[in-house]
Amino acid sequence: MSRPLTIRELRKRYGDLPVLGGVDIEVAPSEIVAVVGPSGCGKSTLLRLVAGLDTHYRGEIRVGDELVCGPLPAVGLVFQEPRLFPWLSVVDNVAFGLDDRRGATSATLVREVLEAVDLTPFAAALPKQLSGGMAQRVALARSLVTEPQVLLLDEPFSSLDAFTRMRLQDHLLNAWVRYRPTLLLVTHDLDEAVYLADRVVLFGERPGRVVDVIRVAPPRPRDRRDPALAALRVALLEALHLERDASLVTS
Amino acid sequence: MGKGGHQIAAPDVALRNPTAATRGRRWPSLLPWILPAVIVALWWGSVAVGIFEVFQLPPPPIVLDAAIGMWRRGLLQQDLLATTVRVLEGFALGSVVAIVLGTVTGLSLRSEKILEPTLQALRTVPTLAWAPLFILWLGIDEIPKVTLVAVGAFFPVYVNLVAGIKGVDRKLVEVARVFDLGPFAIARRVVLPAAVPDLITGLRLGATQAWLFVVVAEFFGASQGLGFRLTDSQQSTRVDLMFVAIVSLAILGKLTDSGIRAVERRVIAWRDTIGERRPE
Repeated sequence: MSRPLTIRELRKRYGDLPVLGGVDIEVAPSEIVAVVGPSGCGKSTLLRLVAGLDTHYRGEIRVGDELVCGPLPAVGLVFQEPRLFPWLSVVDNVAFGLDDRRGATSATLVREVLEAVDLTPFAAALPKQLSGGMAQRVALARSLVTEPQVLLLDEPFSSLDAFTRMRLQDHLLNAWVRYRPTLLLVTHDLDEAVYLADRVVLFGERPGRVVDVIRVAPPRPRDRRDPALAALRVALLEALHLERDASLVTS
Repeated sequence: MGKGGHQIAAPDVALRNPTAATRGRRWPSLLPWILPAVIVALWWGSVAVGIFEVFQLPPPPIVLDAAIGMWRRGLLQQDLLATTVRVLEGFALGSVVAIVLGTVTGLSLRSEKILEPTLQALRTVPTLAWAPLFILWLGIDEIPKVTLVAVGAFFPVYVNLVAGIKGVDRKLVEVARVFDLGPFAIARRVVLPAAVPDLITGLRLGATQAWLFVVVAEFFGASQGLGFRLTDSQQSTRVDLMFVAIVSLAILGKLTDSGIRAVERRVIAWRDTIGERRPE
């Protein structure tokens, strides 16, 4: 059901400032790809472009065969903050993106997704009654309920404490197993990247571009203590440092 | 996670627990009455010790007597009813027009450019300037008075609603855009609900303005109403009757405000602010 995401020669500038300098990423159907890189390297901009929030770019973004030139129903985006509608209960927040025409089925979809993120008892709660981790799970559910073929996540767990973050990573994986969307995840957490992703894409300093791609081989479910993951983390760290040193030399 | 989350949510639920609220209520419910009691005591005392003469500042019992007298002759009821009806009609008219224009101006840049400069200029015109003109244009019956009250109620509602719409978090609008909602759906489902708290603030201020403007309206060519009673008893130097009118206006204004606040608490219970925690 999910579709591939193809990004080719993607360039973006804000005025005179180049933000993305020719990005090529291909994400296979149901693959999980993490993008890591220094702050300000255009990772978030990349997601905004793929989500169709900003259509001023050069290059090509395709979801399946469809060219992105505005928001697509097939593409979901989870922001860094939960961004829940404070006047809507958890159920109504989750149902926000569902088409009214779905009628009775939408209630079933909402119930299922709340179960998937373990929030069934809080269906009637208001956002102000939720903890940060719960709020972000509601946001995840809101993006999943429309069954997007491509799901984008912009540092979704970065504002949470380490324990909550690990729980939410597992919630995300459970939801991914259930809905099987193609996942493009931006993060600055290397552990998160190697734990979740099939491949980790390394971005270089501005203007952002892909400097390295590392494949994460261990099959899921993974063990966070797996030395193979630790080794990959070290490799990523070294690659990031090399990249930074290189850019310092050139500038 | 469910259990951990429950613990986090629990204190909040306890705060809203009705028994907890009523328990803490016995004392705070007396607090609002302290200041009025002090004012009445000062009022009474200043006449008793001779700072003011009785004809300048009639003490509370004399004002109460005057009120009872007016009530027996049916005048007080008549004044209260006339003024309240004018306020309600004017407030309703002004608010509805303000909500319509405010929504249009808040959502559309072009309408804002057309409407906003003129409305802002009209806003600065003093009330007293309008009153004689309205009588000239609209006659001396109820219409000019209700119109004046509507003008008074209009601006606070309009200004607050427009500010509320302009102040809606761009990030929430973005969520709706990701779901591919069109501009009308975004306005209806995100922008307007988010502006409701500001709208209610505007309605509260508008109601207060309506009570101020109705008095001015009744200064001109009214034969009943609390504003009429004020000027009429001023001319006949019945200070006690003036006080009946003033106290009545204060009580009615306060009741209106409490009514709107009761609605406010129900409608925007979702807000996460320190004001929402106050058991009142």
